Amino acid sequence: MAVTGQILVLFIIIHMIGNSAIYSGGLNAYADRLHSLPLLVWIFRLVMLTMFSLHIVFGIGLYLENRKAKPDEYAIRKDMRATFASKNMVWTGLLTGVFLVYHLLHFTIQIIHPESAALSNSDASGLPDVSGMVVQSFQDAGVSAVYVFAVTALFLHLSHGIQSSFQSTGISSERTLPVIIKTGAITALVLFLGYVSIPVLIYIGLVKG
Amino acid sequence: MNLTLFIWRQKGRDTKGSLEQYEAKDISTEMSFLEMLDEVNEQLIKNNQEPIAFDHDCREGICGMCSQVINGVPHGPQQRTTVCQLHMRHFKDGDSIYIEPWRARAFPVIKDLITDRSSMDSIIQAGGYISVHTGGVPDANAVLISKENADTAMDASECIGCGACVAACPNGSAMLFTAAKITHLASLPQGQIEAARRVCIMTEAMLQNGFGNCSNHYECQAACPKGIRVSFIAKLNREFMKAHLKDSV
Amino acid sequence: MLLDGKCPSGPLSEKWERHRQNLKLVNPANKRKYTILVVGTGLAGASAAATLGELGYNVEAFCYQDSPRRGHSIAAQGGINAAKNYPNDGDSIFRLFYDTIKGGDFRAREANVYRLAMLSNNIIDQCVAQGVPFARDYAGYLDNRSFGGAQVSRTFYARGQTGQQLLLGAYAALMRQVKAGTVRLHPRSEMLDVVIIDGEAKGITVRDMVTGHVGSYAGDAVCLCTGGYANVFYLSTNAMGSNVTAAYRAYKKGAFFANPCYTQIHPTCIPVSGEHQSKLTLMSESLRNDGRVWVPKMNGDKRTPNEIPHAERDYFLERKYPGFGNLAPRDIASRSAKEVCDEGRGTGSSGFGVYLDFEDAIKRLGESVIRERYGNLFEMYDRITGEDAYKQPMRIYPAPHYTMGGLWVDYNLQSNVPGLFVLGEANFSDHGANRLGASALMQGLADGYFVIPYTIAGYLAQAVPGRVTAAHPAFIKSIEDVNSLTKKLLSINGKKTVNDFHRELGRIMWEHVGMARSEEGLKRALKLIPELRSEFWQNVKVPGSSENLNQELEKAGRVADFLEFGELMARDALNREESCGGHFRVEHQMPDGEAKRDDKNYCYVAAWEFKGLNYEPDMHKEPLTFENVALAVRSYK
Repeated sequence: MAVTGQILVLFIIIHMIGNSAIYSGGLNAYADRLHSLPLLVWIFRLVMLTMFSLHIVFGIGLYLENRKAKPDEYAIRKDMRATFASKNMVWTGLLTGVFLVYHLLHFTIQIIHPESAALSNSDASGLPDVSGMVVQSFQDAGVSAVYVFAVTALFLHLSHGIQSSFQSTGISSERTLPVIIKTGAITALVLFLGYVSIPVLIYIGLVKG
Repeated sequence: MNLTLFIWRQKGRDTKGSLEQYEAKDISTEMSFLEMLDEVNEQLIKNNQEPIAFDHDCREGICGMCSQVINGVPHGPQQRTTVCQLHMRHFKDGDSIYIEPWRARAFPVIKDLITDRSSMDSIIQAGGYISVHTGGVPDANAVLISKENADTAMDASECIGCGACVAACPNGSAMLFTAAKITHLASLPQGQIEAARRVCIMTEAMLQNGFGNCSNHYECQAACPKGIRVSFIAKLNREFMKAHLKDSV
Repeated sequence: MLLDGKCPSGPLSEKWERHRQNLKLVNPANKRKYTILVVGTGLAGASAAATLGELGYNVEAFCYQDSPRRGHSIAAQGGINAAKNYPNDGDSIFRLFYDTIKGGDFRAREANVYRLAMLSNNIIDQCVAQGVPFARDYAGYLDNRSFGGAQVSRTFYARGQTGQQLLLGAYAALMRQVKAGTVRLHPRSEMLDVVIIDGEAKGITVRDMVTGHVGSYAGDAVCLCTGGYANVFYLSTNAMGSNVTAAYRAYKKGAFFANPCYTQIHPTCIPVSGEHQSKLTLMSESLRNDGRVWVPKMNGDKRTPNEIPHAERDYFLERKYPGFGNLAPRDIASRSAKEVCDEGRGTGSSGFGVYLDFEDAIKRLGESVIRERYGNLFEMYDRITGEDAYKQPMRIYPAPHYTMGGLWVDYNLQSNVPGLFVLGEANFSDHGANRLGASALMQGLADGYFVIPYTIAGYLAQAVPGRVTAAHPAFIKSIEDVNSLTKKLLSINGKKTVNDFHRELGRIMWEHVGMARSEEGLKRALKLIPELRSEFWQNVKVPGSSENLNQELEKAGRVADFLEFGELMARDALNREESCGGHFRVEHQMPDGEAKRDDKNYCYVAAWEFKGLNYEPDMHKEPLTFENVALAVRSYK
């Protein structure tokens, strides 16, 4: 759980850095470079698919086992350290998973909004217009809302998940745990802001591709 | 002061229970929480009702017998305190107090507020010891132990086995309990010889006995009357990984 | 009848070794054919069950708690003595032996105490090997401290939780045997009878406290490790469930009860706050190192302590015992506190408390030093009383804490009933009339780890294993007796609760059979206790049924036994026309109030034999002889 999670976090970080190319106008070039290495891309995709699948299978298994271990709830329950995020990992995770399918259909397979698909549109330099696809999509309030909602779920998931993975792999200690908890939450927040900024800024018209 | 109590009543293991309402009248602020319940019980007996069954013994916070969830918190609102050491001065006249048993699959209710916690003994039976025979051991000072390690062992060994960590855990996990024992023994040279085997069989026993997994809510540390820390869980995880890495190499 | 403790002959230091050589052994292949029933899983019980299981015997272990990790040994704070002499300050086995004998006011057996002192060292080795986290210094060596006024530092400790750590060590050893299949555990089980067949203990009758089922277990020997009886006083530092039932029912089946009047009252406990009080909490005696004990000079002074000027305070320990002052021995400090309260100068709402004041110590050393030394105790005091002892003096009062008396046993820890062994606080053997601090843990573990494994073999080797089964008529009779007693308790349906009676008994015991006993008071107790007992059997109300978990029923059985046992205690105290250790008769004191022993007439163990409830018990004497120490008079002036 923790190890797959950590690998997924690494991906999420790299993915965000890649996406930020949209602000410098280099997104199309970045996408093109990636696609010029098909073997690497496919290996990468396979690894990610495995990690995602394992993470989901483990996660659901864990959730079911844990629910079984606590069959009755208290009439009154007061949380002392547990948070909304920590208690809803399976839901924020599943939401992220569903979103991921949408996201792939949208930007990778490009069948959800075919009118803006990069596969059928080129930019000035003849590269597939990924940037245009993104900008065009996010000008739609509905699409942006889906992304904002999903990225919020991911934020909640990571705000607990990052520090939790360090604890579960035994990397944390008495001294480092508070730092890890804080760093995990900050990382989740930075990722959230990074990801959420794209649909939001595009929608309000600050980024035009 | 006068209080309204909502207390879990359940006749036996296989019967359904429910919260029942009781009035506790003229409660002194000097009383301990259990003395307040004693008082309620005395009245119940005199009114031909069956008294509330609850576990308790030493009443000085060390035996680990007392086990009640008070207003949603194991051992009640005061930090690092067992129910028996909780006093009524922490409540106000007119308060409503909800009193429930530990809840977890591994702790079935036997009666009212009493649960069966033998699953924790099973975890210890799996490997929570150093396999030493009586007699034939070296002089106590033959193996030196750094003060730091001895202190860590002692910190972990303060666990009273009450089960509040399990009761507080949304997953009904006994990870803090198990981790405390693992840390205690793994911090000492005498305990290191069996450390790898121990961590594997004890965690396995934890799952076998119906406890959940740890997903790092840290409710356990907040509920622990002895302040056992979740860093011991990280230690357990470390020991676990070490054991498996060693195994696979 | 004169009793024989069966102490081996020879020089003191060689007795145990020689005895071990002479004891018979049980063939390893035969061991598993012998079943040993161990009742109680405190230090003595857990260590005995673990060790006997490890040797290959078939062990059944019983405890009334839900887990064997909860025996009241767990509450011992201070430490455990051993004659290791690690600090090189002149300690030795002989010195520990001598201190223990003297501390017990020369009312214990020399041979037993010497063995205890000898085994003390093995205990520390054993516990360290088990992983007991004793305190260590920066070089990694074990740390020692001086405890309870000892002149040497021989006390090993694990923070303020030594009893807990030692018990967890023994519990772990026990759990290991449970896994190995040599020990079967019976938690939430209360022993209600010993079964004796042809004069030998061959089993016990036990109530399953969850299902209410009463059943019997047959065995080849029975070990009672069931602790002390301080709860006869209702309020004590013992656990709520601590009781005399196992020992007392063995007494009723013919085992002799020795020196029941020897009880220890601990001076530094948190006072009673009202009628609702259910138990008393002890605070470490070390507080007296820096605290000054006082009460107002004036009777019924209702001013707050800080309003009372120094000149109007009576520092009574310093006044009466200038040599020792606030560090006067436990019994003296306790008695003096009771005296000033009885005069009407007690403090707190109940009037039963004296101040333990840290004002001067804080002025002298600073609050931070006091906080460092006693922070956890001040916190505990605050938790219970809601008072800040840095700002106002603590209130303390004595409380029953430990009982030195118990079932009579010989050097083999065997009672006069063959096959019935008694270990730990439940026996009478090692502490004489008073117990030194940090010695109770030592005795429990010595008995369990190192004595019983040898001595029980001596008995078993000559017994045929599995001679009786639970189908024997004696077992059926025992179950019937237990059931009819239960039925009787449930059928009375009177007006007063079990607690009402227990509280009343406690009042009588505290008043007349407590710290200072007089002929008149004891005779009064001997009249009041039977009266209360007969009222109990007519007017007690025990709700519920016997067929499930019924805590009132459990309590009722225990209080019924206390109501008989209290009388035996008073009788023993009346018989002992001397003051010694924890037994103080006001008729027998030095002009300065010190205990006045009568070695000429009372240097013996009084072992009582049950003759029926309406008859006086017979007393058997075991004379105590001292060949290695001279009987000295204690003086703390």
